[in-house]
Amino acid sequence: MNPATTRNLTIAFFVLLVGGAISPLLGSALLPQWIEVVLGGLMTGVLYSLVAIGLVLIFKASGVFNFAQGAMVLFAALSLVRLMEKMPFALALIATLAIMVALAFVIERLVLRPLVNQEGIVLFMATLGVAYFLDGFGQTLWGSEIYTLNVGMPKEPKILLESVFEGGILVNMEDVIAAVIAAILVAALALFFQKTATGRALRAVADDHQAAQSVGIPLNRIWVIVWSVAGLVALVAGVIWGSKLGVQFSLSQVALKALPVVILGGFTSIPGAIVGGLIIGLGEKLSEVYLGPFFGGGIENWFAYVLALVFLLFRPEGLFGERHIDRV
Amino acid sequence: MIYRETGQFKTTYASDQQLFPILQDRAFVIGFLAFAFGVMPFIASEYMFRAILVPFLILSLAALGLNILVGYCGQVSLGTGGFMAVGAYAAYNLAVRMPDLNLLVIFLLAGACATLVGVLFGIPSLRIKGFYLAVATLAAQFFIDWLFARVKWFTNDAPSGSVSAPPLAMFGYPIESPAQKYLFVLAIVVAFALIARNLVRGAIGRSWMATRDMDVAAEVIGIRPLAAKLTAFAVSSFFVGIAGALWAFVYLGSWEPLAFDVNRSFQLLFMVIIGGLGSILGSFLGAAFIVILPLVLNQLPTAMGIPLSTAAISHIEVMVFGALIVFFLIVEPRGLARLWAIGKEKLRLWPFPH
Repeated sequence: MNPATTRNLTIAFFVLLVGGAISPLLGSALLPQWIEVVLGGLMTGVLYSLVAIGLVLIFKASGVFNFAQGAMVLFAALSLVRLMEKMPFALALIATLAIMVALAFVIERLVLRPLVNQEGIVLFMATLGVAYFLDGFGQTLWGSEIYTLNVGMPKEPKILLESVFEGGILVNMEDVIAAVIAAILVAALALFFQKTATGRALRAVADDHQAAQSVGIPLNRIWVIVWSVAGLVALVAGVIWGSKLGVQFSLSQVALKALPVVILGGFTSIPGAIVGGLIIGLGEKLSEVYLGPFFGGGIENWFAYVLALVFLLFRPEGLFGERHIDRV
Repeated sequence: MIYRETGQFKTTYASDQQLFPILQDRAFVIGFLAFAFGVMPFIASEYMFRAILVPFLILSLAALGLNILVGYCGQVSLGTGGFMAVGAYAAYNLAVRMPDLNLLVIFLLAGACATLVGVLFGIPSLRIKGFYLAVATLAAQFFIDWLFARVKWFTNDAPSGSVSAPPLAMFGYPIESPAQKYLFVLAIVVAFALIARNLVRGAIGRSWMATRDMDVAAEVIGIRPLAAKLTAFAVSSFFVGIAGALWAFVYLGSWEPLAFDVNRSFQLLFMVIIGGLGSILGSFLGAAFIVILPLVLNQLPTAMGIPLSTAAISHIEVMVFGALIVFFLIVEPRGLARLWAIGKEKLRLWPFPH
């Protein structure tokens, strides 16, 4: 398929998606509900993006597709919630961060270093093992009940635009704060990548392992840093999700949704992870609310994956990924 | 001294190409099968049948199917649970809607349904590989899960979503007791292991392995990647589908889609990795390992006098699995089957070191 056809198909796809998203607007009485659904979808999307960013970071710097990102989110959230029982929030946050950095060290030393130069798929399966280990370890260490994480985010929904629509629009303040935190995180990461020496080293490693090594960039240390940053991202995602859904095992499962997100956005692009997350969160909610009743509901569970599957057929490099041609 | 092929000359092509060219191997396999068919049904306890032998055999068959795809053709799949579900629900619908059909025919047709679905979801493998394909098969898993949970036709409008297999019978003989079930499953698994063994050493198996080792080179020497990959998906899902039907009909009896969720896919992938990628024997060893390990972990703490809650044990189990996967990938990427082969090699030289 030539690029022009692919591009046209992609455009057609988005026209369809947007059309589908806007179509409920035609009955204008449904507008407030529609806006609520859209906002809800976008907020879920922000959370997916947070996990996806962790995935992309590690993929860019080490070529490892980190299946364990979801498990790291759960592990970070569990650690934080249990530590908060014993110490104030700020201290617990720092302690959890230390745990995540230690985890990065251990993973680099015990998993990545022995497997250096292996095929991508072997590393992928190794991170699958890490994911299982972390799930089990976290729950053995910290317990497996459902914990409520309260970091002082406002729980009450606010009603906005009451003057414009009848009844107004319900907005969850928690979600808004989450979105702001996510935006700050992304900005900080962008600064870190663009402006610091370490960030430059990270990008160099991402471009070419061997070249980076030959100009004196210590590969092992870079990997520890990148996994630590991914741990930090996991912690942020864990705090936000944990306070929204409660800290429980299903966190690690929901994080599986980050896989289609990165496929949609492209494996190597942080903006792609964000946009992909938003599209999937939005599409999932809209399809659940407006198409769900025709199929018996539960579309949310597979929508993201099937969307990614369709995308893979037409644009395997994702929306923003580098075009990478391989014979298959 | 015992295990040495010295003096076993092959005088015909047939004897050179037989499945187990070494006499001792042949004797061992025949003896093992004779034991499994002739002695095991009489000595094993009911618990042994129910908790170990039957699940082990059925999961071996599924692992065998997955191994054909992952180990022989190099296409990673995380949708095995879904394909098992297709087999199970296809068998259920056939059994309910056509009660006169022979059980074997039902299972074969169920396998055929799984084949169709497997090939359908295998089509993306022509454009993508590696973890992209893993995500594509994950899509199959979640979609199939949803399909069987929500579309009422597949469950014959069962109100609770859980369905039950009809009583099993073959040619008028009921298959009820654990020993009968065991023999039934054993016969099927042995037949399919034989088929798999012959497939992978024939032309088709060689085309899979060539595709796995280097797809471009395979294409250059005249192997069509389309045919190789899709046949691997087809054969693999056929095996997996039959395993799913057996799992549902013989092992579970009544089930809901949760029995075939994504964790089942991971479990099977673990079996293949731990047992040995690209090995028939490995599929069996991996399945045995993963069926038995939880039982051992369950017994061990009480035997050692450490009281642990069931929740803690299940978490430790997950943890041990994860650690073992990493361990095997690093230390012995070819799994238990490789250890077995090394053992045999050592035995050939014994009692000499070289």
